[in-house]
Amino acid sequence: MNAIEVSGLRKVFGEVIAVDGLDFAVPQGKVVGLLGGNGAGKTTTLSMLLGLLLPTSGSLKVLGEDMLKHRYRVLGRMNFSSPYVDLPHRLTVKQNLQIYARLYGVKAIDARVDELAKELDIVGFLPRPYGQLSAGQKTRVTIAKALVNQPDVLLLDEPTASLDPDTADWVRSLLKAYQGRTGASILLASHNMTEVERLCDDVLVMRAGKIVERGAPQELIERFGRTTMEEVFLDIARNRRQAAQ
Amino acid sequence: MSATDSNRGGVDAMATWRRIYAMILRHLYILRGSWPRLLDLAYWPTVQMIMWGFMSQFLSGQMSYIAQAFGVLLSAVLLWDVLFRGQLAVSISFFEEMWSRNLGHLFVTPLRPGEFAASLLSISLLRTLLGIVPASLLAVLFFGFSVYTLGLSLAAFFFSLLMFGWAIGLGVTGLVLRHGLGAENIAWGLVFALLPISAVYYPVSVLPTWLQYVAYAMPPAYSFEGMRSILLHGVVRYDLMAAGFALNIVWLALGVAMFFHYFRMARRRGSLLQQGE
Repeated sequence: MNAIEVSGLRKVFGEVIAVDGLDFAVPQGKVVGLLGGNGAGKTTTLSMLLGLLLPTSGSLKVLGEDMLKHRYRVLGRMNFSSPYVDLPHRLTVKQNLQIYARLYGVKAIDARVDELAKELDIVGFLPRPYGQLSAGQKTRVTIAKALVNQPDVLLLDEPTASLDPDTADWVRSLLKAYQGRTGASILLASHNMTEVERLCDDVLVMRAGKIVERGAPQELIERFGRTTMEEVFLDIARNRRQAAQ
Repeated sequence: MSATDSNRGGVDAMATWRRIYAMILRHLYILRGSWPRLLDLAYWPTVQMIMWGFMSQFLSGQMSYIAQAFGVLLSAVLLWDVLFRGQLAVSISFFEEMWSRNLGHLFVTPLRPGEFAASLLSISLLRTLLGIVPASLLAVLFFGFSVYTLGLSLAAFFFSLLMFGWAIGLGVTGLVLRHGLGAENIAWGLVFALLPISAVYYPVSVLPTWLQYVAYAMPPAYSFEGMRSILLHGVVRYDLMAAGFALNIVWLALGVAMFFHYFRMARRRGSLLQQGE
């Protein structure tokens, strides 16, 4: 069964076509990467999946529910993290996590917050106002927020942006462990090719609102006759399709 | 898998209340953690009350109108603040989410727009009480005037004016959702445009005939006329109260409709994710 099913998805802003007829699925328990340069339509796609943005046409299903008609049936089983969306700055980290736990209907709130704080190594930040944290610390807190309800579907927009390589690697391990432990499905928008190679079972490469390539990272690397995903990405971005072959 | 409760779609009263409470708690945490914010809530109502109290003392020796009912101006000033604070509290609570770029996180939770609006109104009630009650008690201390002599009518005037403040607050919130924080100043200034035609300090009959129709199309005129009727003539005008509440239902429905309309427009334009300072 697919956790996410997208069919004929299109979003037009005035004369700009941001997303142009996407068709893809994220199978349950898989991690799928959404790659593409700036303005390729990745964040627009994630926003439509979350219900923050209404599509111009097309259909979206998450966990079998039509997101345009019944999104409240599944929002409690989803979560999201993005460096472009913040949390209330004046609230402490603990207060923020408690409030989101309530919004998601988490039962044992304090226990869950403590558990997450240990897992994300943010115990020391709990009493501090979120606005006083560094960019990297904030990212860890928003990932904690994204895991607060133990989601079945996790949408991540550049989850390790602004993290140093060591912390980024640690966060990737944590996400991988979470996915392995819970069987959650993850759709990950990223520019970081190491991240994609490490985490993703499949990759969708977007350009100008369309999916131009898809496949497992190793499969794409072989198809393009390259050695890394970064080289594949550059080939696609510069329109050098299957250059080496 | 998900550690959330079993209800995952339909309307569940407990889950609805829990989400509204979460949003109220979010604002209570801010108020609780900042005494300057608490002080700020009561500051202007108190300053206004003191100024108009002295003005009333001065005028009571000069004008029979004020001498007849010393508290007319003081009551007017306190009740006007109910409307102003009620509206402002709705808008400010919403701006807090925009300032912190939090809307994108909020609206991917199961929180419905209606629950979000209900939390804004609840926190508005609390903030208004925190602003007005200290000022009204200080009026007793400084000028020996208690607005509570209005009795149960005071509660009617309070809620009537608060409801109208909510209607404007929700409408303004919708406009800011549509136009972004560039429209923020509307929240601070719009209500003052209504001051001259709300019969706060003088009766509606003072206004030109055509403007009287405008005044009576809005609930505040009924509350302030009703207040003067009690303080000057000792007569409780239930007809004015009823008309005020009936109009409030219409205005509040308009405010709610505007909020939902602009919320949907924000989802179409993608502005929920882009809002912020």
